[in-house]
Amino acid sequence: MTLRGLGRGISIGKRCFSSFTEVEKPPMDGKPINLFSAINQALHIALETDPRAYVFGEDVGFGGVFRCTTGLADRFGRNRVFNTPLCEQGIAGFAIGLAAMGNRAIAEIQFADYIYPAFDQIVNEAAKFRYRSGNQFNCGGLTIRSPYGAVGHGGHYHSQSPEAFFCHVPGLKVVIPRSPRQAKGLLLACIRDSNPVVFFEPKWLYRLAVEEVPEHDYMLPLSQAEVIRQGSDITLVGWGAQLSVLEHACDEVAKDGISCELIDLRTLIPWDKETVEASVRKTGRLLVSHEAPVTGGFGAEISASIAERCFLRLEAPVARICGLDTPFPLVYEPFYMPTKNKVLDAIKATVNY
Amino acid sequence: MAAVRRLSPSFSAASLRRILLLRPFSSSSADAADQRVLTVETSLPFISHKIDPPSRSVDTNPNELLSFFRDMSVMRRMEIAADSLYKAKLIRGFCHLYDGQEAVAVGMEAAITKRDGIITAYRDHNIYLGRGGSLFEAFAELMGRRAGCSRGKGGSMHFYKKDAGFYGGHGIVGAQVPLGCGVAFAQKYSKDGNVTFAMYGDGAANQGQLFEALNISALWDLPVILVCENNHYGMGTAEWRAAKSPAYYKRGDYVPGLKVDGMDVFAVKQACKFAKDYALKNGPLILEMDTYRYHGHSMSDPGSTYRTRDEISGVRQERDPIERIRKLILSHELATAAELKDTEKQVRKEVDEAIAQAKESPMPDPSELFTNVYVKGFGVEAFGADRKEVKAFLP
Repeated sequence: MTLRGLGRGISIGKRCFSSFTEVEKPPMDGKPINLFSAINQALHIALETDPRAYVFGEDVGFGGVFRCTTGLADRFGRNRVFNTPLCEQGIAGFAIGLAAMGNRAIAEIQFADYIYPAFDQIVNEAAKFRYRSGNQFNCGGLTIRSPYGAVGHGGHYHSQSPEAFFCHVPGLKVVIPRSPRQAKGLLLACIRDSNPVVFFEPKWLYRLAVEEVPEHDYMLPLSQAEVIRQGSDITLVGWGAQLSVLEHACDEVAKDGISCELIDLRTLIPWDKETVEASVRKTGRLLVSHEAPVTGGFGAEISASIAERCFLRLEAPVARICGLDTPFPLVYEPFYMPTKNKVLDAIKATVNY
Repeated sequence: MAAVRRLSPSFSAASLRRILLLRPFSSSSADAADQRVLTVETSLPFISHKIDPPSRSVDTNPNELLSFFRDMSVMRRMEIAADSLYKAKLIRGFCHLYDGQEAVAVGMEAAITKRDGIITAYRDHNIYLGRGGSLFEAFAELMGRRAGCSRGKGGSMHFYKKDAGFYGGHGIVGAQVPLGCGVAFAQKYSKDGNVTFAMYGDGAANQGQLFEALNISALWDLPVILVCENNHYGMGTAEWRAAKSPAYYKRGDYVPGLKVDGMDVFAVKQACKFAKDYALKNGPLILEMDTYRYHGHSMSDPGSTYRTRDEISGVRQERDPIERIRKLILSHELATAAELKDTEKQVRKEVDEAIAQAKESPMPDPSELFTNVYVKGFGVEAFGADRKEVKAFLP
């Protein structure tokens, strides 16, 4: 990969953004557990292996509103796992300061919808700390975890997907897991990464998604997308809970003889352009799907980048099946969401373009 | 709304009382026969910060007492009905119940007019009723029907009533307080002699934006009253674990404050009256209402993991606002126990009827998904699932 834009032709190795070259595919053995248990395991391991790691946020002491932090306070003490008052801006600022002193600050924002008071701290303080201090200081130990996404009845303020806002900020990493096994590995990688990371957890999957998760310590690489299914007719890209929708669409459209390649982006910034590009060069068609509203969503970035790189290879315009351009509605949620049928429709339209 | 029966020529006090009890929301009806003034003492003295507290003696009259009883019973009944509806999955999403805190809503209404503004957080069902909202519209909104007060698009947390100065129902904790200060600024600018009550909870008291709003209001002498409904638990966190200083009425520092027994409707009425007079002349004031909620934070919270059942039943026995009024009415012999029971039965019937009506009412049209994103007819394009295929101009 060359930084063509800078015109200097610097060649950088392929895995430049991910700081680890750890296990790609963790062993398949393990007990079946759900997403919040997997995250809980990751947090236990993180606190166990690093004595300077702290977990804090609203109501994390008793286990958290989604039970992701159960048992941590009892095991590691209230000096390392503690509740904060109801002040997101304060939590973020406090976490940045803690991380700047060389600690691993794992802050929880109770719902991604509440992250906006902290937005200034994250964008202006956390993302730019290393840059503006000329590498004297950094808050790499910062990880902000937050449940995001629709849950069926969340309404305006318990269902939002704000990942696009953070993807617009150089200096941050944004990571979104799709399943329990991925979540544990990715979360441990995020906590140990030396850059500030915002980790969004799909709240719909906290109980629903059950998978075999190895009990030991393992990490998954950041900035590496995973090709979940191989295909030849169209590439589908998504993240988080949306992947299960895309998978169902894949299964259904296979009956019509359309073979889909399914990619989980995993890290949204810095994102793995190579994998997506390689896939689109193979299939010639791309569909991106996410719950956030379509205008200005992260699908727009993927679409523009792929159009730039694969223009002559593309057989059809890039399709984006996303949430509608309205606030996340209450009773209209089924209409708003990028459902399987909308995806199916778009796959067929794109393939028959 | 109410059928007022014709007065019988005999004009007995008993029949008059029965008529009063039929009226749905009667915060300040004047009736010639029962205008004698009663003086009631608040249960506790007011505790104040940088201001002289108002007197503990509150003037009232039999009408008002009876209407307090009725209004609070309607509110209580509504919340309990909402609990059952939620469990029956007719109400979905979030539902934050106010039972236990009725005295704050009713007492505040008694002290102010519908031209004064109230803005609150998500525990807003009863505030909406207090502002004159109807039970039918409330239940319709909870069930997401077209006839709801926010056209079914808001839900439990977003009740509004513009013609009665109710600026809603807000989901993000603490965000409504700077909004309330803005409303107060507009009121001061128009010199209309009105104030705004910006309500928030003990959890929200630790939000930074509150202090920003307080500073601005004090700097510009805005007629805003910040009302902290301290029910001692921010979701599941007790106040002493979240706040260095749980004396929320003192948090204003340079802004005076008053601590009020929020379970005593007369204390609330007196404090709000006092606050309105003060704010119109001098700028902001903080009222801390010491109150309690019987339900958990929301319907997904049993409410018993962070507090004992003894505590909850203790408050119910000692400080329940409706029971207090009942005792007062009985001790002043304004109605018999049987008559009050009758009132409660009527209230229950009214609530059940409203629910039945709301259950039958239609869901909103799917096209409503796109309305009111922007101003009507602005011509903004919205895109659906596939930008090229599904395009609409927002209505």
